[in-house]
Amino acid sequence: MSEQAVEPGDAAAGEPYILNIGPQHPSTHGVFRLRVAMDGERIVDMDMIVGYLHRSMEKLAEERTYTQNIPFTDRADYLAAMSGNLGLCLAAERLAGVEVPERASALRVIFAELQRIASHAMGNGTLVSDAGAWQTPLLYMFRERERILDLFEMTCGARLTTNYMRIGGVAFDPPAEFFPKLDSLVDDLPSCVDEYVELLAENEIFLARTRGVGVISAGDAINGSLTGPQLRGSGVPWDLRKAEPYCGYERYDFEIPVGSAGDVYDRFMVRMEEVRQSTRIIRQALDALPPGPHKTEVPLALRPEPGEAYGRVEGPRGEVGFYLVADGGPAPYRFHLRAPSLINLSLLRSLAIGASLPDAVVTLGSLDIVVGEIDR
Amino acid sequence: MSARSALGRLLALGPLRLAALAAALALAAAANAVVGYVVIDGRLDGEWYDLRDLGFAVARLRAELDAVAPPALSYWVTALVGVGGILGFLGLVLLLGSWVERRLLARFQIRRGPNRVGPFGLLQPLADALKLMQKEVLVPRGADRLLYAVPPIAVFIPAVLAWGPVPWAPNMTYLDINVGVLYVIAVSSLAVLALFMAGWASNNHYALLGAMRTVAMMVSYEIPVSLALLSVVLVTGTLQLSEIVLWQEQHRLWLGLLLPVAFLTFFFSSTAEINRTPNDIAEAESEIVAGYHTEYSGMKAGLFIAIELGNAVVLGALVATMFLGGWSLFGLETWIPPYLVLAAKTGAVYFVLVWLRGTLPRFRLDQLMGFAWKYLIPISIANVGVVAVEAAILVRLDAPGIVPLSAFTLLNIALAVACARFAMPEPSGGPSAGRGASHAPVLTTVLGGLRASERLRSAP
Repeated sequence: MSEQAVEPGDAAAGEPYILNIGPQHPSTHGVFRLRVAMDGERIVDMDMIVGYLHRSMEKLAEERTYTQNIPFTDRADYLAAMSGNLGLCLAAERLAGVEVPERASALRVIFAELQRIASHAMGNGTLVSDAGAWQTPLLYMFRERERILDLFEMTCGARLTTNYMRIGGVAFDPPAEFFPKLDSLVDDLPSCVDEYVELLAENEIFLARTRGVGVISAGDAINGSLTGPQLRGSGVPWDLRKAEPYCGYERYDFEIPVGSAGDVYDRFMVRMEEVRQSTRIIRQALDALPPGPHKTEVPLALRPEPGEAYGRVEGPRGEVGFYLVADGGPAPYRFHLRAPSLINLSLLRSLAIGASLPDAVVTLGSLDIVVGEIDR
Repeated sequence: MSARSALGRLLALGPLRLAALAAALALAAAANAVVGYVVIDGRLDGEWYDLRDLGFAVARLRAELDAVAPPALSYWVTALVGVGGILGFLGLVLLLGSWVERRLLARFQIRRGPNRVGPFGLLQPLADALKLMQKEVLVPRGADRLLYAVPPIAVFIPAVLAWGPVPWAPNMTYLDINVGVLYVIAVSSLAVLALFMAGWASNNHYALLGAMRTVAMMVSYEIPVSLALLSVVLVTGTLQLSEIVLWQEQHRLWLGLLLPVAFLTFFFSSTAEINRTPNDIAEAESEIVAGYHTEYSGMKAGLFIAIELGNAVVLGALVATMFLGGWSLFGLETWIPPYLVLAAKTGAVYFVLVWLRGTLPRFRLDQLMGFAWKYLIPISIANVGVVAVEAAILVRLDAPGIVPLSAFTLLNIALAVACARFAMPEPSGGPSAGRGASHAPVLTTVLGGLRASERLRSAP
């Protein structure tokens, strides 16, 4: 992703011209920039330029205690703060050997899955907006996302930057009015998904725009180190919740949706189906929510023994991994975030070259990037 | 689903609002009865309905002015009054139309829409226009200044001119020329020049892409539009829009029913002509920002945006006139003023346009062009052939009664259904095309890598 590798040709001689997409553009999903060499409507070459949202998160983390770093994870993938929280807490708990109470694990599962639904609503909604359905599906999906964010607000006071998970559990037990609202939400969600599928999945124009577009083969997806719906859309059955269960995911009965063609449509449908599966998981976790404390007390300035740990969770965009190195002090010696968006995005160039501009836009939408965690 | 629930939401009025609506309708009906039976005594050709009265009034004004002022002054005063009247009407349509569009779209999108400025937010368009007028108009570096300045004004011309031959009532046609259909086709193709000028002069790649798309699309879709109107002309035997409405009134049959293929072709192609969803690729926001008017700011951008809406309303009026019976409503037009009938039909078509905008994704340029050249134009040509035969039979009958017309209507509807069912393309696509329409992901609990993925794919 070198700066300006693509050179403009002589336009008068019919050579490619440069189109600068972003950092301010409706469909770059944040401050992400593409410098595209175009031949008419066809993309000949492309530079992907990132870094407009760089906040030096990993370096800042070395100056803060493990708990103080949790709010940073909110701002990495700001559409899936719960997953970031959870990943860091799992890594820190592994590093310090902290046990998590049963109730805390179940609550973590509920909130992580709610976050997945909220994030998929956003991801699929913006994808459809990119395909030209002017915001209507997005706003329909926001209807459900809004209910989820209300639940977050009710529990931890924030809607996006939740800062909810703690090392050793979660910050708060949900209030009493939380559970009936969650109950009715979980009851409503499957019919909402049916509504979106009916509206979009059989729409001729949507099919024409997404089928056979941005095809990632299973081999390319594995070689490109893709994770999440981007990988499963290509037909590879891989999900950390099954492969390496954390927070007691092995206790819940759910399935992994897998696409077959690896195109934009498959990634869209996989996300839709994941919302259904998440609903199943939340229902089971809610029905069997154990009583007890929601948190183990750990020292405010946790000083783990020197060592290293990697904690990873299946976030909405794929594997969210935190690599921590401890040197015995209260702050991590090294803090690294494996951001799924950055790795998923790396395939865009090979997908876009040779495609037309509208296809590239839809492909980018289907990769569901969040620039906050790309630049971090 | 969205369509259904969006419509449901739209009509989901509380009892109080429903009563208010009923009262308003009753009041309007009473007012119409007063106008229809007291003021003009039920005569459709009474002077109340004669738009030429506006001309008479202006002539009267000019005669009065001539007596007291030099002729040059009276000429300019009367000219300005006339131009002001037309532009005032158009402005009112645009302001009201943009409010309607935004409110409707908001309803489709489970939002509320503008509701702060004035009653029900009705003054919002005015506030927006005032705001835009205060904005600085930037001219990009390297832009062709003259060509850059002309398009926002030039784009208005076709939209104003196209209103000319629309008959609002039996005697209420501003420009009742006997080549009305040709005039409409000619005038509507003018817009492409202004849009291409805008894209070219902006010195911006997005604008140029938008302009290229516009030209390609508008020129391609001119053909199905013209062919659709040709079948209208074949059946009615006239190019005069008022005569076309009279034909529909006399035969008690809307041409949209008699010529469904032409109707749908015209409607779909016109959405491409005026850049509406699903054919709004010339200014596809998610791809090329705002297309040909990306570089325009302030009121210049406002004019582009306003005229898109104006075009949609003109399209509504033309569709209503040519295919939905115009001002006629099966005899009811003696009770309801015909211009209100036309306005209601125009509004209905406009509603459908907004509905489509609130529901459908967008085609890709190549798909749109392929659709025009591979499907729409051959179907239109075949349709013209069928209609020509039917028109020849109708001409040979002395007074085409209900039997041949109903037979042809049923035949044409069957043909339209057959076209839609068999002749239309399947959703295109690469390797994944040909799968069932509702292809759902496979569910599995067994994990794996490449081999597992191959196994899953080969599984039935």
